Amino acid sequence: MTALDATRIWAVVRKELRDYRRRRSIVVTMSILPCIFLLNPVLTIFLTSASAASSALDNAISISLIFFLIIPVIMPSTLAAYSVVGEREQGTLEPVLTTPIRRQEFILGKAAAVMIPTLALSYTMFGLFLAAVRLFANSVVASALFHQGPILLALFLFTPLLAGWSIVVGMAISVRASETRVAQQLGMLASVPLIGLFLLLAVGVIRPTFLVAILFAVVLLLIDLGASRVVARMFDRERLVTGVRPARP
Amino acid sequence: MKLRRNPAGIEAGDRPLLASASRSSAQTDATDDSPVLGGTRDRSALVVNRLTKRFGERTAFSDVSFQVAYGEVFGFLGPNGAGKTTTVRTLGTLIAPTSGSATVAGIPLKPENGVEIRRSISVMPEAPGLYLRQTVAENLDFFAGLYGIQRSGKRIKDALEAVNLSDRAGDLCGGLSKGLRQRVGLARTLLSDPKIMFLDEPTSGLDPVAAREAHDLVNGLRERGVTIFLTTHRLEEAERLCDRVAILNTTLRSIGRPAELREQLFKKRLLVTTLAPLNDPGHLFSSVPAVEGWQSEAPGTYELSVTDPRTAAPGVIRSLVGAGADVLSIGEVQHSLEDVYLELIDEDVEARRQ
Repeated sequence: MTALDATRIWAVVRKELRDYRRRRSIVVTMSILPCIFLLNPVLTIFLTSASAASSALDNAISISLIFFLIIPVIMPSTLAAYSVVGEREQGTLEPVLTTPIRRQEFILGKAAAVMIPTLALSYTMFGLFLAAVRLFANSVVASALFHQGPILLALFLFTPLLAGWSIVVGMAISVRASETRVAQQLGMLASVPLIGLFLLLAVGVIRPTFLVAILFAVVLLLIDLGASRVVARMFDRERLVTGVRPARP
Repeated sequence: MKLRRNPAGIEAGDRPLLASASRSSAQTDATDDSPVLGGTRDRSALVVNRLTKRFGERTAFSDVSFQVAYGEVFGFLGPNGAGKTTTVRTLGTLIAPTSGSATVAGIPLKPENGVEIRRSISVMPEAPGLYLRQTVAENLDFFAGLYGIQRSGKRIKDALEAVNLSDRAGDLCGGLSKGLRQRVGLARTLLSDPKIMFLDEPTSGLDPVAAREAHDLVNGLRERGVTIFLTTHRLEEAERLCDRVAILNTTLRSIGRPAELREQLFKKRLLVTTLAPLNDPGHLFSSVPAVEGWQSEAPGTYELSVTDPRTAAPGVIRSLVGAGADVLSIGEVQHSLEDVYLELIDEDVEARRQ
């Protein structure tokens, strides 16, 4: 069992968050997509008539909420894909690897630094949506939305799991990629399987029951944990520093 | 996996980073007679035994063996592509050797010892690798965190003082010149109070004053017993700073004190100049017992091979004066470390041509 050092992990997190603050382009890029994604559900809810049939109303609410599942999937992919290969291209990775930091600590610190703004923005967007609906939407529609308690809770709980998926896949690509641009383009592909799943939910091929939600959450959690271990194993100091895959005995 | 907070319990102590960094280089310059391997310095900080690294068909370095004592400044010289940086990366646990063995700070070089070894050393790569959008102090704070140092303020302050950068702590690294970035990189290596420091071209990009300060810093660290493994292309720097040097060109070509290397490679010579060319220099020089041979490359200039310059010089002067020659100067031919280096590397180039 390897003991991880919280001081080292926290040092990576703090450094990354400082870096985001100094790079306005990162903050802007991260914020634009969620803002766009906020528009669609707001418009859907606001344009739904109070006299609409119950099934149509439920359908409009489901489609609106699915958008909030897409935000944590798409938002961290670019940052996660940049995390390792970006340092390598800047020439900052080698000095870091000469310190006592373990690869798991480095990966965990980087992942946490992507997870924190992702959760903050996702929950903020969700909170803004709920506030807008409560304050300005038709009271019948608003009431229908706030009666979807289990769905709202699921949304709250799924956000970190979905972000976790995007982060581990993005980091796996980042560890292997030789160029930031390639990593970021591939990183966007990380969201494809999940968006496909959301589409199946949206068109009603998969019925969002309680059992399906639990099953999906457990599978996602196992994938996130397993994939993070795989990423840590893929993190090879020698290949990252020299660009050459070390020969195995 | 368990999560723990700062297992080493490292905190910024009161111990100064440099006990004598303010000493002038004239006081602390390494001399050929400086004691290195005796007394308390006789334990080995680095023991390298037949170490080899290959990348597929390409050999980075092969069969390299040497030892470095604690408190020694060890110069590692060689042409581009000789394997110097790969050797440093191997000893710094960044890459695994193909064969051979080593101990770093008394710890066997094995994958499972990587963290322990990296706690005892610090490495300054040739490119400082700083986060350009972060300030000098923020960069150092990050690395202090990676070494598990809590409350790093004093440690950072001391490191910046040691490289004369205290007034630039709040500057963004992206706004610093190459030389100043190099100094930040040097400050970073001081943070962890390492037993061994690997410095790759530490004075690259520094102006002469800053380079002199860096030399003083190295000498101050030597006084504290820190082992310095110095990779450099500046041969005069190696000659000035290093107790011993190794010349690498994929294989280790030579190792020793600069004076020893000179003696190994070059015959001792006296250079004599006279006002006018001598009438019969062959007869004149052969009469002096310590002279083994001579050659003249210009009228009135003679280079004599001698067994010992101190015993040969008086005899040569007596013969010249006896023959009525007007002697302008006589002195021992001094070979620099650069001569040694070029001689060895030229041999390799010649061997490859053949």
